Amino acid sequence: MDINKRKRELVKEFSPMLEKTSFVSKLWIVILIAILSVGLYAFYLQFMNGHKITGMRDNVVWGIYIINFIFFVGISYSGAFITGVLHFFKGSWKYAIARIIKIITVLSLIIGPIFILLCIGRLDRLHYLFIYPRIQSPITWDIIAIMTDLIGCFIYLYLTFIPDFAILRDSENLKVPNWQKKVYKVLAIGYQDTTTQRERLHKITEIMSVMIIAMAIVAYTVLAWIFSLTLQPGWNSTIFAPYFIIAGLYSGVGVIIISMYLIRKTFKLERYIRKIHFIGAGIVLLIISILFGYFTFSEYFAKWFSHKTNDVELLDTLFSRYFWEFILANYIGVLVPIAILFFKKLRTIKSITFAAVIAVLGLWLNRYLIVIPTLETPYIPIQDTRPEFIFYTATWIEYALSFAGIAAFILFFKLIMKFVPIIPMSGIIDQERCEEKRRKNTTEQVQ
Amino acid sequence: MKSNKPKESNSNRRNFLKLGLMSSVTVVTGASLFSNLIDDDKEIGSGEKMRVLTPEGKIVEVDATNINKYPEALITPAESRKGIPNRKFVMVIDLAKCKNARKCVESCQKAHQLDYNEEFIKVQLIQDNKEADPYWFPKPCFHCDSPPCVTVCPTGATFKRDDNIVLVDAERCIGCKFCVTSCPYSARIFNWGHKDKFKNTTIPYSPETGVPATEGTIMKCDFCPDMLRQGKLPHCAQSCPMGVIYFGDINEDIVTNGEETVRFSKLIKERAGYRYLEHLGTKPNVYYLPAVNRQFPLERGFDVDEDIIERYKNVDYVKELKKQGKI
Repeated sequence: MDINKRKRELVKEFSPMLEKTSFVSKLWIVILIAILSVGLYAFYLQFMNGHKITGMRDNVVWGIYIINFIFFVGISYSGAFITGVLHFFKGSWKYAIARIIKIITVLSLIIGPIFILLCIGRLDRLHYLFIYPRIQSPITWDIIAIMTDLIGCFIYLYLTFIPDFAILRDSENLKVPNWQKKVYKVLAIGYQDTTTQRERLHKITEIMSVMIIAMAIVAYTVLAWIFSLTLQPGWNSTIFAPYFIIAGLYSGVGVIIISMYLIRKTFKLERYIRKIHFIGAGIVLLIISILFGYFTFSEYFAKWFSHKTNDVELLDTLFSRYFWEFILANYIGVLVPIAILFFKKLRTIKSITFAAVIAVLGLWLNRYLIVIPTLETPYIPIQDTRPEFIFYTATWIEYALSFAGIAAFILFFKLIMKFVPIIPMSGIIDQERCEEKRRKNTTEQVQ
Repeated sequence: MKSNKPKESNSNRRNFLKLGLMSSVTVVTGASLFSNLIDDDKEIGSGEKMRVLTPEGKIVEVDATNINKYPEALITPAESRKGIPNRKFVMVIDLAKCKNARKCVESCQKAHQLDYNEEFIKVQLIQDNKEADPYWFPKPCFHCDSPPCVTVCPTGATFKRDDNIVLVDAERCIGCKFCVTSCPYSARIFNWGHKDKFKNTTIPYSPETGVPATEGTIMKCDFCPDMLRQGKLPHCAQSCPMGVIYFGDINEDIVTNGEETVRFSKLIKERAGYRYLEHLGTKPNVYYLPAVNRQFPLERGFDVDEDIIERYKNVDYVKELKKQGKI
């Protein structure tokens, strides 16, 4: 096999993704930038006027910002977990989706923490966290864990990009701007695909993939502790950390399936992202949705059965004021994906994607029900005449910023895909190299 | 004011304050706890040297020019972290006497420059169960001995002092609101937006007064350490017409509501004093005396503004009253 020839073929195959931007794609970018600018304007308003223009008040001090924070960090954690695990699987199928997951991991880990910053009243004093740190505060743990996780995921993503940067640097026919070629050259850091380099890279990637699994679990556990270490009736629960871990995977796998579907459609990658990927991911989603339903049930069942006063108050709120949200999040959001994914006949690409969409939306709502109703039912009953201090309703500022977060996620995803092919070329070559070796070995044995 | 004063005079002033406090502790044993701590007005003006009593019981001479009378002295954020030496402040609230006169709320609001709905001390109407008689429940910050708010604060903006007080340094607070979610007693208030009163630069900020407040930071009941330093009762205790709120020092085992001074331990034992939500393990420093042998019928508390009554609409008893058309 002529590796250089194969590289040229692959570059030729994937170069349209990097060279051309279709009209629809351009239109999307414009729309995304528009949503992002509305979000930036909302941020400007919030920064200038203070938090009074949000729906947050003295009882519900954290609104949908913190829900988005848990949501995005959860996606990132599960992405890290899955890529880490995928690394130890053999087979060509994993290369088709590995990079999608890695990009999801890094992007959501950048966007998630921005939402926690929006909860902070004095952004101008953010550096106090480092000047006057107090190690016993779970927030400090969270900062350390998330920053470590972010750096780790960045390194891991970059490591898997290096061989592709080298291939792109060496392809002279690529019709991309000159600056882009220069960036490829710098980022490839002199990688020449020699055997020593390849082995070294492989070793580092292997160590990193174990490390990011650990880092991701730690980061998300600490995030769950932000809630469960307080005395609040709805939060102070020993199963919160594992519950969050499962919930993170649930939304993460969902987002991966949705991204796979969209990328496959847009770039016509049916040859690479095949039905087997959807079925595989669908079965993983099925297992996790059962686990997630089990955890959700345990959490609420224990509260209901032991009926402590404050737990009962919380459940009463959930089943009166939040009745439909509760049904959508914890019944529809769990049972519909299970129903779709359980039956072999129903497992088509479209239905699996539909189940993923339900799972992701249901999970966001489930997070909402964990955060908001708990804060609305404190130990000492709220006795206030101002309606906004009793019940939380998000304002357009908060929604604008939430959608801006999603828009930023998609936009950056698009930009990264313009820069590096979404299917790792080096992975495909590595795989083919392995297969050839195996073939040679078998033929030698036969002779 | 706080930064342009030379350090030396600052520490001298602190030393004096210490000495003054110590001396009074020794001198007034047996007398009321809240006799004026610094009762040296005459001496400041008259002589160059001044005699004060040290904690060890020695009399020492101090230069009179180094001495500041407290009310003019500013307690800086750094100084406010230490607390008043040898004190363990405690509050006892006698629920049998409260009739929701709201004087505690109003005087507190005035002293801390709070707006109408901003209350460091709230008077709630609590009905423990359907059969139980509801009672008025004044709720300040409990200044816990294991304060969850202090544990979770990522910058040390809220801290526990040696004299039992939990304070907030609004200059250090980043407004993450984690302390609000961790406080089981809903004692904390956030400054959600800008207000003109924050711009008041005539008074320098001190965590002991909490004035002027800052946008995007936390504030709460502070047990009025500025008053305590002057040997006075906190505003709520001082202004209560019924003498509901007793305030004092566990070290001296004395609490007073301004009218009577009683032994703290005896009061708690005889009247079955308890701490609210004891099972949470926060170890509050606010004790309650149960609402038995009431001095006023509960209805007297409904003699307040319409919107205050509206707050209690979810209490079973109030629902019943409304049904009967009594309110």
